[in-house]
Amino acid sequence: MTLSPENLKYLSSHEWVYAPEDGSGVATVGISAFAVAELNDLVYMALPKVGQSVEAGQEFGEVESVKAVSPMYSPVSGQIVEIHEGIVDRLESLNSDAYAGGWLIKIKMSDPSQLDGLLDYQAYQKLLAQNG
Amino acid sequence: METQELKTPLYDWHVKNGARMAPFAGYQMPIQYSGIVAEHTATRQAAGVFDISHMGRLRFDGPRADQLLDRLLTRRVLDMQPGQVRYSLVCNEAGGILDDVLVSCLESPSSKIYFLLVVNASNKAKIVRWLTPELADFPDVEFNDVTDSTAMIAIQGPKSLEVCQKLFPPSVLGLGYYRAKVTEQMSKPCVVSRTGYTGEDGFELIVRGEDAPRVWENLLLAGRDLGISPVGLGARDTLRLEGGMPLYGHELDESIDPYTAGLGFACQCKDRDFIGRAVLLTKSKEPPNRKRVGLVLEGRRAAREQSECFDPEGNRIGTVTSGTFSPTMQKPISMAYLATGAASIGSEIQVDIRGTTSKAWVQELPFYKRAGSV
Repeated sequence: MTLSPENLKYLSSHEWVYAPEDGSGVATVGISAFAVAELNDLVYMALPKVGQSVEAGQEFGEVESVKAVSPMYSPVSGQIVEIHEGIVDRLESLNSDAYAGGWLIKIKMSDPSQLDGLLDYQAYQKLLAQNG
Repeated sequence: METQELKTPLYDWHVKNGARMAPFAGYQMPIQYSGIVAEHTATRQAAGVFDISHMGRLRFDGPRADQLLDRLLTRRVLDMQPGQVRYSLVCNEAGGILDDVLVSCLESPSSKIYFLLVVNASNKAKIVRWLTPELADFPDVEFNDVTDSTAMIAIQGPKSLEVCQKLFPPSVLGLGYYRAKVTEQMSKPCVVSRTGYTGEDGFELIVRGEDAPRVWENLLLAGRDLGISPVGLGARDTLRLEGGMPLYGHELDESIDPYTAGLGFACQCKDRDFIGRAVLLTKSKEPPNRKRVGLVLEGRRAAREQSECFDPEGNRIGTVTSGTFSPTMQKPISMAYLATGAASIGSEIQVDIRGTTSKAWVQELPFYKRAGSV
């Protein structure tokens, strides 16, 4: 399973999570290409620090465009084990790749069963079509 | 779904051309087409066209129309000559700002003199309610809300004159700043004024609703090789913010008087009477407690409306009213009301942005001045 849009799970607030069943219990989190296009002209992003705890459904950071600020919500609970070094200094790269090259944080999950409650790719596409 | 919003005569064009639409002041308006920064930059470097048909357009006919408006507006109307445009305020008896407006004195092709008041979309109903009782004293003034039968289009930017040269007679191109004229575009009636809300040179056009799509297309065609772009309300906001211009509901409301807002130039209290005059005359003589200022922030995080401002000792000194990341300056900028003592140019302050503080410096408005402007 690779980190590509079809293999991810989503929140309706446009965050994605990649959690391969490799026994690591580590989930990779980012925001969808739709969210990047919708926000447009990203200028700033705040990410948490390694070691911080996050809760499913709670804010882990914020992303700001010329137009507005949007909170980013964590799809799962756990502890931050890695942040994508340097991504906040090249936010424009999210326009071309919001997924494998545009991941934001990695979380050591405390409750992997939370993944079951998230949208799969088809359900997320359907949501976008409905809102579109 | 609430689909009660009105559509401007250009609605179909916006949708067909991929605009992101959103409700604004009761209208479905284009927020952006290609993107706020691209549209902002096109306006600063070439030209932008804006559908501003949501703005209220109120027409006053009759020999005493000037007297009615002179009573309602903080700026003198009685001495206005055909072709003049003035920025003015409508205040209540307490000197609070009900709206900021442009009043134009115009002469029709049949030599009729009339006045046009352009008001904020979000304030139109309030202003109509406010002026209706006054109409009773001026039975010979004919008042018409012509907003929905007309459209309003702005063309702004350094290339806007060149674009308009292809579409309008020379008399229009010779219009001075804050001058207006009733003319024609392709033999259809059109009011042209040399005004705008971007900090750039440019024109604002009022045309009949049915003529609007053609005028809009003509502007885009005439400017195609010059880098013209349609511009949505998103970039209209970043442009006016760089231009240091207040926006009603942000920098202006009924709790703020013109002197606090830095708009004392729009009040003429001497030798005339108008609603709010007594209070404004007093206020004109005393320094206001607060001042509208510009802020430039460190880093890349913008301080937006309602961010609180503190002096270096941590005392609260004011509140941000608008903010964005400036596409031209590549820095976060804000407008704020600060206590007069803390508002001197260059002062370093702290702004609380959702729980963390950023350093900011008080800067003179406007942030952006076009080359050659005074």
